[in-house]
Amino acid sequence: METLDFRFDSAPVSHPADPALCGVVGSGNLEILVKAGSESTACQVCIKTAARGFGDTWRAVIGSFAASHAAGGTDIAINDMGATPAVVSLRLAQALAEYQGAA
Amino acid sequence: MKSLIAARHSWFEATARARLAGLLDAGSRHEIMPPATSEASPHLAILDIPGAFDDGVVVGSGQLAGQPVLFAAQEGQFMGGAVGEIHGAKIVGLLRRAMREKPAAVLFLIDSGGVRLHEANAGLIAISEIMRAVLAARAAGIPVLALVGGSCGAFGGMGIVAKLCSAILISEEGRLALSGPEVIETVAGVEEFDSKDRSLVWRVTGGKHRYLMGDCASLVEDDLAAFRLGAIDFLAQWQEPAPSVANLRVTQKVLEDRLAAYASFRDGLQVWAALGIAEPEAVPMLDRDELVALKEGLPT
Repeated sequence: METLDFRFDSAPVSHPADPALCGVVGSGNLEILVKAGSESTACQVCIKTAARGFGDTWRAVIGSFAASHAAGGTDIAINDMGATPAVVSLRLAQALAEYQGAA
Repeated sequence: MKSLIAARHSWFEATARARLAGLLDAGSRHEIMPPATSEASPHLAILDIPGAFDDGVVVGSGQLAGQPVLFAAQEGQFMGGAVGEIHGAKIVGLLRRAMREKPAAVLFLIDSGGVRLHEANAGLIAISEIMRAVLAARAAGIPVLALVGGSCGAFGGMGIVAKLCSAILISEEGRLALSGPEVIETVAGVEEFDSKDRSLVWRVTGGKHRYLMGDCASLVEDDLAAFRLGAIDFLAQWQEPAPSVANLRVTQKVLEDRLAAYASFRDGLQVWAALGIAEPEAVPMLDRDELVALKEGLPT
């Protein structure tokens, strides 16, 4: 297992709400928990992943998410069991939407 | 036809939370220890394996057709729904809460291969505590309904737990047994049981077989709405019987007779023939309603 921590600047979320979870820690999948963070213009991400050595890929995927979404003011925790970058991107967008009450 | 398929939402494929959303009255679900406040498994962390925020089980309260219920739903996609220490403690705590709050029922959405072997004794103890808590809740007059239709079925210790519940609601896709097919093959050889033969696995452990044998109270379609209706029917007519030695003796006699009648059989087909089914080979292709009609027409 590898633990990765990232912090990216991001525009503040529009409708912060209750903590939201999406996904399941299963093969090729991951779970993402979004809750309120301490900095309104940054998104804090902590990842625990079964696949070691993909730190650069995670940095690119999370960085692109933080740049293209208003995700500031969130604290995002991820448990991963080998999800591909495309799955991670989709789940991040889904989790953020649910956090803002789109469930 | 197309709209019929679109209208169905598979229980088998759904996650634990999606099952709960389809099972309970809309908007009534309240999770106890939701992911943001629950603890992940310390044992998996020591083994350097990512855990799940809720340790693979969702517990809480809700309403079913307006009646208050408590629920525990195992997530089969996380480590085969296996029971670890925290996972088990959440279920035990819920069952003890049921004894205090007296809900109309506890709905136990089982989807598990049994003990989480990574957690060794802690997992074994967790399973035995769940068994004790199920029996204690039933002795206090709270019905515990097992709903089995997930990809992991109900195996190992969770197979026993399922049978300790007041009743089992199962789908054709559901499976129920003690040792899983791969365990049997590993221990006793492929001549004893071929775990790759999926048709055989379902003929021996699957929902249709369990329903025909009387192990499960009802058989439902693999559909969220069908599980909901089945659970509502159960709640409407079930009276938890007072525990008695006489009832235990009757059950024991039934099991002894069953062992004597079927122990030498190798396949569900043989059992179905012995039950008086004229065309046992047709059973796997019957739909749910046809199978229920077939069972109701059998000699008792």
